[in-house]
Amino acid sequence: MRRLFTHDRQSVLRKLAIVPPFAWLALFLLVPFLLVLKISFADLRFGIPPYTPLATLENETLSLSVHLSSYLLLFRDSLYVATYISSVKMALVTTVCCALLGYPMAYYIARANPRARNMMLLAVILPFWTSLLLRVYAWVGILRNDGLLNNALMALGLIDSPLEIYRTDLAVYIGLIYAYLPFFILPLYANLVKFDMRLLEAAYDLGARPFQAFWRVTLPMSLPGVIAGSLLVFIPTVGEYVIPEMLGGADTLMMGRLMWTEFFNNTDWPMAAAVTCVMVLILIVPLALLQYNQARQFDSERRHGKT
Amino acid sequence: MDNRSVTPAWPADEDEFVRVDDVVKIYGDVVAVQSVNLSVRRREIFALLGSSGCGKSTLLRMLAGFEEPTSGRIYLDGEDITALAPYRRPVNMMFQSYALFPHMTVEANVSFGLKQEGVPRNEIHERVFEALDLVQMAGYSRRKPHQLSGGQQQRVALARSLVKRPKLLLLDEPMSALDKQIRQKTQIELVRILDQVGVTCIMVTHDQDEAMTMASRLAVMTEGQIVQCGTPQEVYEFPNSRFVAGFIGSTNLFTGTITVDEPDHVLIESDELLRPMHVNHGVSEPLGMQVYVSVRPEQIRVAREQPQAEYNWSRGIVSHMAWMGSHARYQLRLDSGLVVEAAVPRQIMAQTDAPGMDEEVFIHWSSESAVVLAS
Repeated sequence: MRRLFTHDRQSVLRKLAIVPPFAWLALFLLVPFLLVLKISFADLRFGIPPYTPLATLENETLSLSVHLSSYLLLFRDSLYVATYISSVKMALVTTVCCALLGYPMAYYIARANPRARNMMLLAVILPFWTSLLLRVYAWVGILRNDGLLNNALMALGLIDSPLEIYRTDLAVYIGLIYAYLPFFILPLYANLVKFDMRLLEAAYDLGARPFQAFWRVTLPMSLPGVIAGSLLVFIPTVGEYVIPEMLGGADTLMMGRLMWTEFFNNTDWPMAAAVTCVMVLILIVPLALLQYNQARQFDSERRHGKT
Repeated sequence: MDNRSVTPAWPADEDEFVRVDDVVKIYGDVVAVQSVNLSVRRREIFALLGSSGCGKSTLLRMLAGFEEPTSGRIYLDGEDITALAPYRRPVNMMFQSYALFPHMTVEANVSFGLKQEGVPRNEIHERVFEALDLVQMAGYSRRKPHQLSGGQQQRVALARSLVKRPKLLLLDEPMSALDKQIRQKTQIELVRILDQVGVTCIMVTHDQDEAMTMASRLAVMTEGQIVQCGTPQEVYEFPNSRFVAGFIGSTNLFTGTITVDEPDHVLIESDELLRPMHVNHGVSEPLGMQVYVSVRPEQIRVAREQPQAEYNWSRGIVSHMAWMGSHARYQLRLDSGLVVEAAVPRQIMAQTDAPGMDEEVFIHWSSESAVVLAS
């Protein structure tokens, strides 16, 4: 009886423990999102707020006015579709570049001796100590036509006229990869550092050359880390505003900029809200993937722990 | 260790298959293995026995190719493999933790080595199932390692290391991850499989029972050196040092000086015993030198009556007694204060009225059962 009782109390406590995070998420994620969703179905009008109400009670009649104009425009106007495609493309390219650059870095850090390892991890995290805005401004200074890079290359006589990087997609890619590389390295490092080196020895013992051992043992076993890192890069990159705004050209189409324009320049709240809602839909797919991947990893770790 | 106690390099042996020639391994300023010489015969199960840190695992890793000796050579079937990378050696190892690839099924684990070799597909399938059949794991080919018990994982690891038909199989503490109850059964099963395959095998273990059960010959290592090498029986019956005598089984050691030295026997006088010891083998040590005499507990007879013999007996009091099932283990305090251990078989315990606690008894042993140790 007593055991039953304590067990009951434990499970109640356990349920109570997850209330704060759920309340937090509901209050600061779900409610705002529902507000945005509501606005996306409104129509534009002058006044405060600058959109029509969703439901009105007049003459004992509840009238629900759902305006689909924003969503229809989203699919009719090729600018929006092009922006979505371009945002996803830029996020994908950034993710792939981060993977290609970040994997060797994470691998090297995980294999280094513990003291050097901590120094290198610190070096990866160090940029976070200054604001992103400042660091992107620094890139402006480097990439401008009369910036550090062009001046250096011209002084060395490697080029005659400045390279046009600033205010192009290339500059945006450089900025995005620079800013999000740590988000790829850290989860992958956490995976690689746990790797059991005896598995590599077993692979060598069975006749695998170093590259084959990497390809068939290390890489597949580090995939959860690669996936986690990729999603941590991909998801925020799709909606990134600061970097494309500061480094990109007028033709750099990204969702973050589009939302800004709709919201602040056109004061079209319903349109901005619709752009946001569709973006959330686009992001839910990789988010669900992340969730699935984490659940699977957690599950297998728990089963490993048991045996 | 005294140089004389080191077993001579290797017998000039036609069947010699693995030869470790004066191998030294130094890490920084730590000498892990110092000038080890070893010869292993074809199709033999050879055990490297020693406590942790004795260098046995380092030696095994050098045979596998994970470490390169600081000096010395290693030959396999007449070929110098000292500097050969692990993936080029016809040597496979069963790891202590098994090191099965967790992301692969049992079948993929076992076929890994064959795929690296570029064996044709249908042959891979055939050989994988042949190997899994051998260890009775064919029914588990689609499982992942974490879905298997420790014993099943060990079988898969064995199949994976045998499937490439290595010239030399290395076993690193093969039983250490198994429960004690199934160890002995598994040891015998493993020997049966190795005999069936006919592979030459070198194993590393800290468990003397395991080495005695499985190995046809063994080498006792300590401080990076081999102190004795021989069949389990040879090493047990004729240990060449106090270390080996104490490491392989338990023993009683009496300290004394040689008083008579004849080719076929010696007499040793000891303050610890009432009578001199008579040992029926000659020794190379000079008269008057201090030596040790090792007598195994099961060779010591316990009786209430004073023995009639001239040598090899003393008197004591039963200070502890434990019933072990197959025998009773006595601890006897001699008049000199030395505590002697004796194992009295169950049958003798049943036939006679066995002495009890605090009773005065006599211990006695035969001249054949004692071994003189110089170091």
